[in-house]
Amino acid sequence: MKRIVIDPVTRIEGHAKISLFVGDDGRIADARFHVVEFRGFERFCVGRPFGEMPSLTARVCGICPVSHLLCSAKTGDGILGVRPPVAAVKLRRAMNLGQILQSHALSFFHLSSPDLLLGFDSAPAKRNVFGVIQAHPDLARAGIRLRQFGQDVIEKLGGRKIHPAWAVPGGVREAPGEQTCQELLAGIPEARATVRTALAFIKQYLDTHAEEVEVFGNHPSLYMALVRPTDHGWEHHDGVLRITDHTGRVVADDIDPADYRQHIAEQVEHDSYLKSPYYKPLGYPAGAYRVGPLARLNVCTAIDTPLADAELVEFRQRAGGVANSAFLYHLARAVEMLACTEWLERHLTDPEIRSTRHRAEAGVNNLEAVGCSEAPRGTLFHHYTVDEHGLLTSVNMIIATGQNNLPMNRTIAQIAQHYIRDTKAIPEGFLNRVEHGIRCYDPCLSCSTHAHGQMPLHVQLVGAGGEVIAEAKR
Amino acid sequence: MAVVTLTIDDKPVSARAGESVLDAAKEAGIEIPTLCHLPGVSEAAACRLCLVQVEGRGRLQAACVTAAAEGMVVRTQTDTLREYRRMILELLFTEGNHVCAVCVANGNCELQTLAAELGMDHVRYPYLNPARPVDVTHKQYAIDHNRCILCTRCVRTCDEIEGAHTWDVAGRGTSSHVIADMGQPWGESVTCTSCGKCVQSCPTGALFRQGSTVAEMTKDREKLGDLVTARREKKWSV
Ligand code: SF4
Ligand code: SF4
Ligand code: FES
Repeated sequence: MKRIVIDPVTRIEGHAKISLFVGDDGRIADARFHVVEFRGFERFCVGRPFGEMPSLTARVCGICPVSHLLCSAKTGDGILGVRPPVAAVKLRRAMNLGQILQSHALSFFHLSSPDLLLGFDSAPAKRNVFGVIQAHPDLARAGIRLRQFGQDVIEKLGGRKIHPAWAVPGGVREAPGEQTCQELLAGIPEARATVRTALAFIKQYLDTHAEEVEVFGNHPSLYMALVRPTDHGWEHHDGVLRITDHTGRVVADDIDPADYRQHIAEQVEHDSYLKSPYYKPLGYPAGAYRVGPLARLNVCTAIDTPLADAELVEFRQRAGGVANSAFLYHLARAVEMLACTEWLERHLTDPEIRSTRHRAEAGVNNLEAVGCSEAPRGTLFHHYTVDEHGLLTSVNMIIATGQNNLPMNRTIAQIAQHYIRDTKAIPEGFLNRVEHGIRCYDPCLSCSTHAHGQMPLHVQLVGAGGEVIAEAKR
Repeated sequence: MAVVTLTIDDKPVSARAGESVLDAAKEAGIEIPTLCHLPGVSEAAACRLCLVQVEGRGRLQAACVTAAAEGMVVRTQTDTLREYRRMILELLFTEGNHVCAVCVANGNCELQTLAAELGMDHVRYPYLNPARPVDVTHKQYAIDHNRCILCTRCVRTCDEIEGAHTWDVAGRGTSSHVIADMGQPWGESVTCTSCGKCVQSCPTGALFRQGSTVAEMTKDREKLGDLVTARREKKWSV
């Protein structure tokens, strides 16, 4: 069997490579996405006081520090055995919305738009954010400002200095003043306008690119996300887990995240440092599920804000019910960006967040706790055990990208099988499509490198005996 | 009171007899870097950061324990001194495990501040990466030995100001470490009054309030000196 290797995969957050296995008939037989970096992060937290975890995790992952910060603070709430004051919860929510907004903006405008705006087969040297700036300066500028707005939300809520440990076990350290809230509210109209532009663009793209929707990871899988306990609506910070299948049937509902172990098991793969979680009752790999924007929109009943709910209805119509194509992640992110602007507005105008009570104090009351929240890329779990004094004795984290691992393999296999008919002559644009299949999931090889953008692409065709048959570099 | 006159960095300075060069310089507006010195408690001369050059004396002198003397000529800022001070700081950083980015004292740490002030932009020695414990058994406070620089300020503060003498130093060389009572967990110490003065005295993030997160541990070291002055001058009537 021959093997084609794409290493490293460009324009994703982190370092990874793709291997394409060529069967005897000369067609692609299988595909694997491997993460080639190992951080061993869970190990080196052991022995530290649990209160340090929010800042430790936020510092180690440079891509979605806020997600880890919030999830870790929530886990800390559990160790303390407290419920944070309502102001703290809403402030944390607001920050998470800022994080989702900036991350989705990055994914669309910086990482994916080169393929969509300039074309998969456009010259690789220009197929990047700079090429987009040249060809579509207004859109590119708006995208950069949108991301900036999301970052502003994070920075302004977190105090003047960007504090790695703004969210702490029990609540948050500081609450923003009236003026800060007003400043942020002032930025919402422009942000919303940009999101609408992006939405319109993606919809139009989908109308004219049925092939991509059909081929980029269009396959059944389970979906998992947090939902509000009351009405099973869209949720990103608290709530219960819901799992649905590719037909929309609810497979498991109202799961307390603390019980995740009963529902989710993790498979360790020999060729990747990414752990592959799966839904236990269905086993491995049938229990593969997807998380992130696509899953959140698939499992929820509604978003509960007028603009986003209207888009959600259209999203479902376009998908024909359940969105099973990974290509629709792009649209899902745009819908979520709209939801973020609406929910942010709601929180920032809520008098409750002005309360001066935003941190509950307590000692170690539980020796084990699980925290769960929705990172931009999907459900994130932190699970800590501590000794009676609060020193960590074990740390387990389940990250969004890991949960999408199995579906990602499936997605790239599907794309490669469709586009690569002749493994002897592979046009560069086809390999780019394979990469784009990964980019749909916007993987954060969390706790990985910070590089994205201009990495060289190295492609190798390796024969059965391991010999390099052909090699291409860009 | 007898007065002596000396020269510090070409500046004529007068000092009370027996006063340290460090204090005399300070009164004259000349800052000498220190770490183990803490107003209100005795000197330990442990950190050697306050090294100065005294004309006629071959070896470098620790300003905190060198008495000002008539006609003394002192230099506090020379290339040699700067190099030694930097070296000392680098060695302190290699000896423990200092990760400022996640440290409770980040931004409020004397070690960190000095490193920045003295231009320690990198470390030339190999890190020892010792395995050191964190003791969080005390109800209110905690000690992270990874960040302890063995300045013994806590030891002296606890002994001389609080009068409890909970802290002491055990071990030799790189295995030296501060211990509570006979080496039991801090939370089990029978002498500790939980006054928290040691926490205030500590120049780094080694001693901190439980539950503090990054950069949250600000310390009010002046309070300790004020306490001593107030007591000596009988400012409070009981
Ligand atoms: S004690 Fe000071 S030097 Fe050491 S890690 Fe903390 S801030 Fe940095
Ligand atoms: S704990 Fe702090 S005050 Fe005590 S010796 Fe260590 S660094 Fe100095
Ligand atoms: S201050 Fe003089 S030796 Fe430390």
